[in-house]
This record gives sequence, C-alpha cells and structure tokens, in this order.
Amino acid sequence: MFELFSYGDTGWGDEILRGLAITVQLAIVTLPVGLLLGFLAAFASMSRLGPLRFLGFGYTTIMRGLPEILTLFVVYNGVGLLLNMALRWWNPERGATDFSPFAAGVIALGMVFGAFAGEVLRGAFQSLDKGQTEAGRAIGMTQGQIFRRIQLPQLWRFALPGLGNLWINMLKDTALVSVIALDDLMRMTKVAVGVTKQPFTFYLLACLIYWVMCVLSELVLYWMERRANRGIRRAV
Amino acid sequence: MNPIEIIAQYWPRLLDGTLMTIKLTFLGALIAALVSPGFALIRTHAAPLAQAPLRLYISFMRGTPILAQLFLIFYGSGQFRPILQDWGLWTFFRDPFNCALLAFALNSTAYQTEILRGGIMGVPQGEIEAAKAIGMTRFKTLRRVVFPHAYRIAWPALGNEVILLMKASALASVVTVFDIMGRTRQIFSRTFDFSIYLWAALIYLCITAIFVLIWRQAERRLSRHIEAHHKPRVAAQPAKEPQA
Repeated sequence: MFELFSYGDTGWGDEILRGLAITVQLAIVTLPVGLLLGFLAAFASMSRLGPLRFLGFGYTTIMRGLPEILTLFVVYNGVGLLLNMALRWWNPERGATDFSPFAAGVIALGMVFGAFAGEVLRGAFQSLDKGQTEAGRAIGMTQGQIFRRIQLPQLWRFALPGLGNLWINMLKDTALVSVIALDDLMRMTKVAVGVTKQPFTFYLLACLIYWVMCVLSELVLYWMERRANRGIRRAV
Repeated sequence: MNPIEIIAQYWPRLLDGTLMTIKLTFLGALIAALVSPGFALIRTHAAPLAQAPLRLYISFMRGTPILAQLFLIFYGSGQFRPILQDWGLWTFFRDPFNCALLAFALNSTAYQTEILRGGIMGVPQGEIEAAKAIGMTRFKTLRRVVFPHAYRIAWPALGNEVILLMKASALASVVTVFDIMGRTRQIFSRTFDFSIYLWAALIYLCITAIFVLIWRQAERRLSRHIEAHHKPRVAAQPAKEPQA
C-alpha cells in the first residue's frame, strides 16, 4: 500500500509532491496580485470620482457573483484569444501562441481574490478612527505619512481575519486550474489515478494534503492575528 | 457570429442548463437545510467528545476543495464498485448528477451547521429562561423560541451560503453534468465563440440578483413583528468560527 506513495519510479510520491509545489507556487504568486487588485478596488469604490466608484462597485459585485471556474475559463480562453489577436496584429506571420495556464490561473484567482479583498479592505478603511487622521494632519503629517504610520498598521489589524479567510478560499480554489491542464496537485492525482486505478485512495490523499495546508494556514493566521492585536487592550 | 446570433441559436440549451443549475442548487441547499438543524444542536448541546466526529466532518468539508470532494465521491466510488453493486448502490454512484448533488449537500451541510450554530448561540439566554419560566418543555422552547430567533440571526449568512453553493454547482460541469457551465463549455467547443461565456456570466448574475431579492423579502417577513414596533437591532453576528 505505502509503495504507491513512495518516492521514485515505483511510487507516486514524487509526482504528487511536484503537483503540490505548483499548487503552492500558484497560491503564493496569486496573493500579491490579488492584494494589489483588492487595494485598487477599495480605493476606487471610496473615490470621490463617480465613474471610478462605479467601476470599483461593478468589479467587486460582478466578480463575487460569478462561479470561479467560469472566471477561469473566461480568462484562459478570452485572454488567450486577445493575446493571439494582438500578437498577430504585431506580426501577421506568427502562428497561434498558447496562453500559459499558470498565468491564466494567477490572473483569474487574483481577480476573484481582489474582488472579495476590495470589500474587506473597504470595510477596514471605514472602521478607521477619523480623529486619528485629523490628528495626523494637525501635527503636519503628509498624506503618505498618515497612510503609512496611522492607517496602514490599523488597516492590517481590521482586515486580517477577512483576508485570512480569503487566502484559505483561494488555496482551495487553486484546485480548479487542474481543469485547464496545469499540473497542480489535483491533476497529478488524476494522473496517478489513471495509472493505478485507485481513485478513492489518491483523491483522499489529495484531500488530506489540502486539509493539512488549510489547517496550517489557520495556525499561522491565528498567530498573525495575535501579533497584530498585541497592542490592543481587550474589553473584559 | 455575433453575440445575438449565438444566443438566438443556443438559448434552449442555456435554458436547459439554467434549470439544471437551479435544480442542483435548490436540492443541495434543501437537503443541507433539513440535516443542519440537528447537527447544529449537537454542536451547541452535546458533550465535546460526542461532537468530535461532527467537528472532524465539518473541518474536512471546509478545509478541502469542493472539486476534490466531488472527485472523491464520483471517481472514488469506482474503487468500491463490487461492494456498491452488492448493496445496490452502484446505479446511484454511476450517475454524475447524483454524485454532484451528494457532494454539494454534504459540503453545504457543514457550512449551514456552523452558521446555524452561530445563530443558536446568539439567542439571548433570557428568552430561554422566560420560556422555562412559563413552563415550556425543552422541545417546545426549541421550536417556538430558539429556532425562530436563531434563523432570524442566521438568515443573511444562510443566503450567502446558498449563493456560494450556486457558484460551486458550476463544478458539476467537470463531471459531465450539463448545467449552465456544462452547456456553455459544450457550445464553446463547437463554435469557439467567446461571447457564450459572457452570456453565461449574465445568467449567473441574474440568478444571484433574483435570489438576493427573494431572500431579502423573506428576511423582512421573518422579522415583521419587530419592524412594527421599532427598528431591528443590529443582529448579533454569529460567533466567528475557524474555517477548517
């Protein structure tokens, strides 16, 4: 039984670990992309400019309402189409170029993460104490200093629980990229199943690996939340 | 082809897929809604050791991708084919619709249980004491005091869960169920016309929007006795629970 999971030619341990590495890479690369989009969405939806506010609202509302797998297909097929059109316009002799499924995964998962993060960050911004910003201005801080020294540290504290949940959701959503043929944990499991004809064993193994990653993430997040809140006196 | 021609030609298939998506979501949410109150009571009232299996189940369901859960049931059942055939269950597991429904119901049960648990814990102790004081039995207290209030607290979160389930139901297309996503992929593979994805997105957004309206109406109905006297208090948020 354990031979199946061993490392090397006889077992599937190394293949599955390679898949796991892709899954982890995808999640780690997606995180900053998603956070950036989240900040942009939050700023847009709090902007004084009407059209920008509308754009922010539209992005967060639409992306949150669509199935993640649909977003993934739209990005994979749609951006691939656009990319080919652009490349052919640049150089008509060029053949069709395949859009990298990894890049599609990062963009699609990042867009989903960004839409949800936009709402989390907007909520965090709105729970900031206005008086502190005014105090900062009163002692002559620039807008940048106020953001860096007063708003950002507290924003982090307010947004961390929400962002933590989004990270775990995104980690689980990475399984979707197996559908567009990226060799992640899920797809390597499928390959192993195809050869060994033991679907339950291997899909259970994959589930357990995702489970461990989620529980570990939770432990780290718990520790981060405690650290972020270390200066706060709790009401008894 | 332009987007209008596409929809003019393929709308019957998309409608068919829409009905399938609604059917999957509705049945999955309904099954979970029938099981979760009992589970939620176990989570709030049973001894910690007795809760352990339930907590493990909920943690597993929330800590693993729903796609993996679906594959575990749909493909995984094949490993036990002889046993399942002996028990007469193989015809059930051979059908992708049944497997998808089972996966979604199991998954949603875990989430709904935790949401409802938060609702039950949000019911003020004084209400339960009052019920005891006028001589209600425990069962009657649950039926008339605890659950009505718990559902009112949990209602918005339960609505979110149904929307999440509707979005997750698109995964059924991966195991060849022809829901909106399945039909869309089928049409795209024939026409290579990208606009079909945008139509699918529009349908999903419409379903969500209509559902939100219905859910809000129901919420208003659930708390109509409160609105008559004063504005509803900010409903106690369900206790923040760990994800996995």
